[in-house]
Amino acid sequence: MMRLFVTLMAFFLSSMPAHAGFDETINEITAPIATAVGNFVFYKIPVLGAQLPLVVLWLVIGAVFFTFYMGFVNIRGFKHAIELVRGDYADPDSPGEVSHFQALATAVSGTVGIGNIGGVAVAVTIGGAGATFWLIVAGFLGMSTKFVECTLGVKYRQENPDGSVSGGPMYYMRKGFEERGMAGFGKFMGTFYAIGIFIGALGIGNMFQSNQAYVQLNTVAGGALDGLGWLVGLILAAVVFAVIIGGIKSIARVTEKIVPFMAIFYCVFAIIVILMNFASIPAAIGNIFAGAFTGAGVQGGAIGALIIGFQRAVFSNEAGIGSASIAHAAVRTPEPVTEGYVSLLEPFIDTIVICTITALVIGTSQVADPNFAGDATGVAMTSAAFERQISWFPLPLAFGALLFAFSTMISWSYYGLKGWTYLFGEGHMGQTIYKLMFCAFVALGCMVQLGPILDISDALVFLICVPNILGLYFLAPIVRREMKSYMARLASGEIKKYSH
Amino acid sequence: MTNSVLVAVDGSDGGKRALQYASERAKIGGAKLIVTYVIEWSPYSFNTPEENAERHQRREQEIERATTGVVTPAAKLLEDAGIAHETVVRHGPPAETLIKLAEQHGVQQIVIGRRGQSGIKNLLFGSVAGNLVQTSPVPVVVVP
Repeated sequence: MMRLFVTLMAFFLSSMPAHAGFDETINEITAPIATAVGNFVFYKIPVLGAQLPLVVLWLVIGAVFFTFYMGFVNIRGFKHAIELVRGDYADPDSPGEVSHFQALATAVSGTVGIGNIGGVAVAVTIGGAGATFWLIVAGFLGMSTKFVECTLGVKYRQENPDGSVSGGPMYYMRKGFEERGMAGFGKFMGTFYAIGIFIGALGIGNMFQSNQAYVQLNTVAGGALDGLGWLVGLILAAVVFAVIIGGIKSIARVTEKIVPFMAIFYCVFAIIVILMNFASIPAAIGNIFAGAFTGAGVQGGAIGALIIGFQRAVFSNEAGIGSASIAHAAVRTPEPVTEGYVSLLEPFIDTIVICTITALVIGTSQVADPNFAGDATGVAMTSAAFERQISWFPLPLAFGALLFAFSTMISWSYYGLKGWTYLFGEGHMGQTIYKLMFCAFVALGCMVQLGPILDISDALVFLICVPNILGLYFLAPIVRREMKSYMARLASGEIKKYSH
Repeated sequence: MTNSVLVAVDGSDGGKRALQYASERAKIGGAKLIVTYVIEWSPYSFNTPEENAERHQRREQEIERATTGVVTPAAKLLEDAGIAHETVVRHGPPAETLIKLAEQHGVQQIVIGRRGQSGIKNLLFGSVAGNLVQTSPVPVVVVP
């Protein structure tokens, strides 16, 4: 196995020009591609002086529709979601299967990534403080979208002959449409989605993550890693390789266990920083609300802030992309809708809690010192905001960012793999080819600058929400019917709470 | 309810000693034995997506291994000795699950083997015997 990696690495290095500036060469090649892809996916229409990408509109309309159609399940189902995660409704006679808690923890590990640290900084830089407000609104609405897609993910998953399960949008589209007598269309949509998630896994779940991890490491190292992106990339790729191809599960397992604690650690210190900036809190919150409706200083004003906020929210919590339903599909439950309830906690934790906290760290720092971060953006900007109050924090933050990036990459390698196996079957050789490609993109992510990387990942991810949300519209009546039946049985006492 | 005793087995020497002890007493007292294998598992662990996807399969394998490797041979022994018995294989946190099963079966006593783990391990993970003794609603016999 290791030999395979060395060969791969040698191939990489040999394709590298003898002189320095390899990173720049890569960058020059990818930048125009990024622009082209970005322009295509983010086809913009001018609205009141702002540029509104059609896909963002598509997502907003979807999230608003599902919120109303499911009768504000994001508010009304919240308490029940927590009871389910706590195991109140778990059948005590069949323990040992994937619990609701485990499914949620796995999905959250995949979602909580660099977007929560760096993505928010990007949103605030471009969209102003007001973008935070729309980010929260998007997180709130996104809870309903997640509810729909994760319910479907469990309902229409596939049980493989070996006893493992595969689920996700490609499966619910194929089987769901078949049920509605549109088998051909379902097949087309499933395939389209599978291609999308497979390519998207190389962007949002891969290049963006490794890139930001490198940036943060370089910041901590005081720029000592300038131009060494390829080296950091190769090391990261080697570790990912060890896990997904070498089968060294212990690395993945350790990461999965540390990530939740890192997330709590991050939130605790973020709150400490916010409290240390206490004098700036009222002004920072004021800016968020004022910016949301006036959009002062933002291109396109309030609409501009809204667009940026929504874009970043989806990028972070993945509602509407359908990826989380792949992770949630592993739960074995007679009531698929229960997994929908559990999944609505995901945008809540990811966007409404963690992203908002990051936004406040940056916001309060900005009020206290508008130029605290200099030209820095992304993770570097968040890091600077922490550093203002806690000088040593960038180091653990870099470590945390690396872990977040890593766990997100592991999760997404699985999502992408599911897209791949949907298309090409469960063959072993094919899976290895996919995994090798995934590792190559991890390395590539560290070699290019943030701009083109963000453009490519955004574009790819938004592309797959087009078929996904379209599918959700068609299948939402099924989810609603299940939800109503479930709620009725819950109210009548047919579905019992167990005392544990 | 007849006189019954829950005995915990796990394939270890301690488990064997517990079974040995319990079967001797059962023979004398004419009690029924509930031979229990608890597969250590928590609903609150953090897993990778692959682990979740393969969980059902793993669970079946774990149950299969516990049943054929430990519980069935134990039942065979009891069968030969003419002792009434029942078998249970269950996932869960060990002490808690043993207590739940003890309550369900209305046993008069729980018999477990001592693991004999080191002090540090005890400190970090606690001991099943220790937890059980502290929380059990029925007398617990710890076989050294």
